[in-house]
Amino acid sequence: MTEMVLKNVSKRFGGLKAVSDLDMTVPEGRILSLIGPNGAGKTTVFNMVTGVYPPTRGEIHYNGTRLNRLKSSTIVSHGIARTFQNIRLFGSMTVLENVQVGMHCRTKSGPVRALLKTPFERKEEEAITEKTMELLDFFGLADKYNEYASNLPYGDQRLLEIARANASSPKLLLLDEPAAGMNPIETEALMDLILKLRDTGLTIFLVEHDMKLVMGISEQIVVLDHGQKIAEGAPKDIQRNEKVIEAYLGSGAKAEKKAG
Amino acid sequence: MDFSAFILQQMVNALFLGSIYALIALGYTMVYGIIELINFAHGELFTAGAFIGVIVLSGLQQIGWVETHFVLTLFIVFGLAMAYVAVLGVALEHVAYRPLRNASRLSALLSALGMSIFLSNGMMLSQGVSDRAYPQVFGLESIDFFGAMISHSQVFIILLAFVLMVGLQFFVHRTRLGKAMRATAQNRTIARMLGINIDQTIRITFMIGPALGAAAGVMVGLYYGAVRFDMGFIFMIKAFAAAILGGIGSIPGAVLGGLIIGGIEVAWAAFLPSAWKDVTTFTVLILVLYLKPSGLLGESEADLRV
Repeated sequence: MTEMVLKNVSKRFGGLKAVSDLDMTVPEGRILSLIGPNGAGKTTVFNMVTGVYPPTRGEIHYNGTRLNRLKSSTIVSHGIARTFQNIRLFGSMTVLENVQVGMHCRTKSGPVRALLKTPFERKEEEAITEKTMELLDFFGLADKYNEYASNLPYGDQRLLEIARANASSPKLLLLDEPAAGMNPIETEALMDLILKLRDTGLTIFLVEHDMKLVMGISEQIVVLDHGQKIAEGAPKDIQRNEKVIEAYLGSGAKAEKKAG
Repeated sequence: MDFSAFILQQMVNALFLGSIYALIALGYTMVYGIIELINFAHGELFTAGAFIGVIVLSGLQQIGWVETHFVLTLFIVFGLAMAYVAVLGVALEHVAYRPLRNASRLSALLSALGMSIFLSNGMMLSQGVSDRAYPQVFGLESIDFFGAMISHSQVFIILLAFVLMVGLQFFVHRTRLGKAMRATAQNRTIARMLGINIDQTIRITFMIGPALGAAAGVMVGLYYGAVRFDMGFIFMIKAFAAAILGGIGSIPGAVLGGLIIGGIEVAWAAFLPSAWKDVTTFTVLILVLYLKPSGLLGESEADLRV
């Protein structure tokens, strides 16, 4: 089972405890969402998992490999890819090139062979372009392959970021607020796309504020508040969980609800 | 020589000088694009290339290859000079810049200045303080080009510079490593997340930039007929100005900047007192930066644009 397991993971930034003693598992082939109020530590979890910084304490394992001290570029080659809260495309590169760069870690040619343009390298390059176009097709960006990424409309930029993350043929895809800034129609399309990706066998690990998206597609939800896990379960259980309601709306909400 | 031929002659001279500045400026701009550091030791790498060139060329001349295998000789001279300086560039990065990659910008800059002095003194001690003559393999013949006289060496140098620049453009746009380089220049963190080996990409930048500078060094040696340990300084200043003028971090900017600086210099020297040509060059630089601080093709954010 290629699941991701976080055991007792904590992250401290100076005096601030961003994440404390988090235990969670991302099961293979499922859509799991990590939610929580602002500053709950969601992105910190993503950053630890993808090697931006190591956890202060605890263990992160994926497919039997300990990820704690690995570099981001190594973690990608273990089949984990991510997108970012703020779009971070290579603006002055084309749509096609953005995805090709994402495919980088999957190519075999070393630097010398790549420089010399051996027939092997040439063939690999052609295969990459072909695979890139297939991927762009999947994301509905094929006809814009030659445009600069910075010229794409916002929704397409979001899609391209997901496409680029997918270029490394990951098994686990981390999406950091993919619906941020999207209008309801775009969000709807994004939900379909995430389900489609899941159906290809991909595991999806999601951080998102848009509750319609989270409740609509998640199979499992983990809720963080002040760096601690306060709830875990299926969407319908989370919606009814008192701790979660309290964390999001404050303790007054519960009282009001009772009074009303 | 009539006036139109004179103008043509000056244009060829400008193209020649500009190509050399452009080749050197590319080294500055590529390194800056990728690690945001002005590699002050680049002028010394250029000089080192010129020295390797003269050493190899003198050796090959002694065994008579200049007469019997002229093309092969040039190929070996440029190849060895570029390869040697590429290794030197990688070593420089490893010793002087890599340990400071997360230190303040100023520390790396000081390290670059230190390496410049170190390399310059090293060449002074090993190669001496006086001019060293380059074998004149091209002779003195010229081609009559609509009345302008273009020497064989000029033709060769302009063509080679053009080939190298086109090659670089191809590399940066069409190869996997070139794309990795542009991606790294635009956002190193994201590039790393996508699985790009940042260290390797930086190393390759430090191979290509200095190798182009080395080629320029051999060209200068071949054309002017001599090299000296401190010859890098004035070329460094001009090429640096070219990189800034074109917009540092921009590859086409470096080429454009080189050609403009070469053009101004030649145009000024053709009609006005040539002692003032450097003053003019830098006046133009200051004016451009005053009007467009990011340079002609530069944008405000620093990344490698192509």
